[in-house]
Amino acid sequence: MLWSAVPPPGPIEDSGGFPWLTLVTFAPLAGAAIAAVFPSRLLKLHRVWALVVTLATFGLSLGMLAVYHGEGGFQLVERAVWVKALNFNYILGVDGISLFMVLLTTFLMPAAVLVSWRIEQQAKYYMVAFLILESAMIGSFVALDLLLFFLFFEALLFPMYLIIGGWGSERRVYAAVKFFLFTMAGSAFLLVSILFLYFRAGSDLGHTTFDFTQLQHLVLPVDTARWLFLGFFVAFAVKVPLFPLHTWLPDAHTEAPTAGSLILAAVLLKIGAYGLIRFNLGLFPEASQFFRTFVMVLAAIGIIYGAAVALIQTDVKRLVAYSSVSHLGFVVLGTFAFTLQGMSGGVLQMVNHGLSTGALFLLVGMLYDRTHTRDLGRMGGLGGTMPALAGVFLFVALSSVGLPGLNGFVGEFLVLLGTFIVSKPFAVAAVVAVVLAAIYLLWAYQRMMHGPVLNEEHRLLPDLSGREYAILVPIMAAILLVGVFPQPLLDRIEPAARQTTRCVIQTNQAAQPGQGVQLSSVCSEPPEGGVPIGDVARRP
Amino acid sequence: MLSTIGQVPAAPGTSSHVPLVFQPVVPEFILAGTAIALLLWDAIRRDEDQAPLALAALAGIAAAAAYTVWLWFWVGKPGHPASVLGGMVAADKFALFIRLVLLGVAALGVILSYHYLDRAGEARGEYYPLLLFATAGMTLIAAADDLILVFLALETLSLSLYLMTGFSFRRLASAEASMKYFLLGAFSSAFFLYGIALAYGATGTTNLSGIAGKLSGQVSGLALALGAAGLLATGFGFKVAAVPFHMWTPDAYQGAPTCVTAFMSAGTKVAAFGAFLRVFNTAFSPLIWDWRPFVWGVAAVTMVVGSILAIAQTDVKRMLAYSSIAHAGFILVGVTAADKGIQGAMFYLVAYATMILGAFAVVMLVSVRGERNVSLVSYAGLARRSPFLAVAMALFLLSLAGIPPTAGFIAKVAVFSAAVQAGYWPLVLIAVIASVIAAFFYIRVIVLMYMQEPAESVELERTSVAQVSVAVPAALTLLFGVLPGLLFGVLKSASVIRF
Repeated sequence: MLWSAVPPPGPIEDSGGFPWLTLVTFAPLAGAAIAAVFPSRLLKLHRVWALVVTLATFGLSLGMLAVYHGEGGFQLVERAVWVKALNFNYILGVDGISLFMVLLTTFLMPAAVLVSWRIEQQAKYYMVAFLILESAMIGSFVALDLLLFFLFFEALLFPMYLIIGGWGSERRVYAAVKFFLFTMAGSAFLLVSILFLYFRAGSDLGHTTFDFTQLQHLVLPVDTARWLFLGFFVAFAVKVPLFPLHTWLPDAHTEAPTAGSLILAAVLLKIGAYGLIRFNLGLFPEASQFFRTFVMVLAAIGIIYGAAVALIQTDVKRLVAYSSVSHLGFVVLGTFAFTLQGMSGGVLQMVNHGLSTGALFLLVGMLYDRTHTRDLGRMGGLGGTMPALAGVFLFVALSSVGLPGLNGFVGEFLVLLGTFIVSKPFAVAAVVAVVLAAIYLLWAYQRMMHGPVLNEEHRLLPDLSGREYAILVPIMAAILLVGVFPQPLLDRIEPAARQTTRCVIQTNQAAQPGQGVQLSSVCSEPPEGGVPIGDVARRP
Repeated sequence: MLSTIGQVPAAPGTSSHVPLVFQPVVPEFILAGTAIALLLWDAIRRDEDQAPLALAALAGIAAAAAYTVWLWFWVGKPGHPASVLGGMVAADKFALFIRLVLLGVAALGVILSYHYLDRAGEARGEYYPLLLFATAGMTLIAAADDLILVFLALETLSLSLYLMTGFSFRRLASAEASMKYFLLGAFSSAFFLYGIALAYGATGTTNLSGIAGKLSGQVSGLALALGAAGLLATGFGFKVAAVPFHMWTPDAYQGAPTCVTAFMSAGTKVAAFGAFLRVFNTAFSPLIWDWRPFVWGVAAVTMVVGSILAIAQTDVKRMLAYSSIAHAGFILVGVTAADKGIQGAMFYLVAYATMILGAFAVVMLVSVRGERNVSLVSYAGLARRSPFLAVAMALFLLSLAGIPPTAGFIAKVAVFSAAVQAGYWPLVLIAVIASVIAAFFYIRVIVLMYMQEPAESVELERTSVAQVSVAVPAALTLLFGVLPGLLFGVLKSASVIRF
């Protein structure tokens, strides 16, 4: 009975009294509550207030980053009892994976507010919806209690739905309802699985709990764990989205207002990928190994399919949306390779995709504001009238393609390396998509910016305004910074990536066929330095 | 809980030497007394203004509530009986909790009704007494510890509600709804009565603990008892609007004046489920393994049918009626799970009462005089015309759909978790699928409110009375969603059904 002993508690460090995570999570919500009091006709006030709140939240998250130190395990953990009778707890904490997701969210939210500056129709509700959304997103990343996570995960649905449906373009209602129902259907299975774990804890650990770190100690029969894995997987695969559950994404992205597309692409999709890493890998290591090939195949199909469909789009926003399907496939491929490189690269790629694709959506939105079209066939020669915008577009497109020196390269390279170690065919499939990405993005760039001016009115279009520079320059700086100096990020991502990977591999090495598998004690032990985990464990 | 079976109280005939304890039924005395006083007062007064009547009704409800709170501490003391009046009335926190919820429902019902009747020009003095009688029936049924009293209370509340449903009898739909409700209600009463007869035949008593005591020793010849359980479940199934006994619901809800719909959709369900929980967890608890599969099946069918039929509705009141059918199914999931499920079902009842009252309050305010604007189309662009009503309605609909951070979400988690714990995870799977289906039509209303242009610009009245009746449920929906511990703390002792 090797696995029956209760393992020592994991490396969990509490917040030392100062509730950083609670503050970061609920600051936007508090801001929304204050904004709700003011009458809607004070347009300017609502805009400025939303900007102030999002900037303050970003400031708070920087404080959180400063307190965070490089080692693994969960840090800044906060615990409180929520409903005593049912043992619902309020547990927050970050590790190297969620840390950067939170930062990405808080970093992009001011941009989302700024890019929505011109929205006049019901601006108050728009800003309030965005602030609530921010709280729910941050909450999803920092919640370490499964019910709390589910609560945030569901709570972000409605504001996003309102943003797409209320302020989107022509087919917005269709897109919003589709987005809502897809996600809701996925999360239904998640809820059942979470409840199952809760009671499993009741019989196995002696007390019912939703606490993630405690649930890792559960011993589950192999079949049960696999079913639960699927329950979690469906919810997150819809969000990521993985082929064939991706069909809501092009509609939602295309119809959403610019800021909505930005947040959808940059943050919401990451919640799916984050959920896969945190919960699927963290709770069901054996099942993850079992389904690895299946997931990698789906990811590979998504990578190539997304890229191929992006190639033939004439609507530039749809093109960027399909490129998201492809890029998120990369993330999932890397993480399910179960190598340190793949996992680190996958997490880094999540940040990169947020920055690059987010910026692409911003630029497409700015172009649409000027030309009132998203049709590539009706644009052309815009580079002459708007050199700065064209330059920024090229810069961002190249970062998305993976030009060395910019952020995309580091992540893609690590993912490819991590995948290559495990399986050459998957790596080859991924490389094909890198080539395709270069084609569709540069070709789109060419059709928009080069060639003759197709529409005479386009000659009069203004170039980037000061506000637009304020949106784009920080993102470009981040793109460049991650590209040339990724080490500070990788230093923090790596311990968490190492731990997650180790957890999957070692559990599988230890598991005997047909027996229960502990939701691993190794998963919650501090990582030791220099453990060679690049080699892949074979499934016993 | 099963281990406590056998504490059979003294049979009614031998209780003459026991001092009569009336305290647990004093709230019903207050309610009925107020109702009678109001009837007399209305007969002699000349004033047309209904406000004094409504205020007096509210005062009666408040007094009953205050006394119930006092009883809360009274029943906890040692030496006080678990059951009074010869085993007729239970004196436990379960009854008190349900009663408090119902009194809250009644208070909001009075406020809504005052506004509605005043606006519709249908204010007549007998309305508030009827509402109070219905409330007394509802509160009594949850406390009834004897099948005879269950039946009496059931009839008290039903007869009052039939009349209230037809209160706008000049509107044909109202008269028709009342007739349908009455016919089907009478039909269900017959089932119920037959069930009581069979239970008496099987055990020789109508006392709930007495029945449990008789049944627990029996191993064979349970056919009569099973028949009784089935017929009683059918009777309750009618009252809570479970499929296939739901036929009256859409018509009655649609035709009744909206304030009555609000009151009865919340009140009847809470009261009938209260009695359902008590009867099946006391009298028929020895047969738990027999009735559980039955309730399981009814719950599954109810959730699915309610959710699917709601999609096809174009009238908001009908849609909410089907939604209330679906919710009966979700609550039945908790009933099936028993034990922990009682607590979950009770939380669900509170959450449901709060959100459905609020939703119908909004419907009432949006539909102008004469119930014209009750189609879904009239919700187009509500967010522009009245942001407050739109926000509140969105909150209620999200809660009905079970989306956090609302009471509806916690309620679903509570009943689902109880069912998973009891091993009924296939039922939970059906339930979550039904929730997703249901989300569709709730979301459709939100789409209309927020994403479409107003079709016609009907001025909505803004009265503070009406705003209160929307704001209070909205605040509670959020409060129970964010701090459910408040309610669970109370439920810990209230969900224990003593017998």
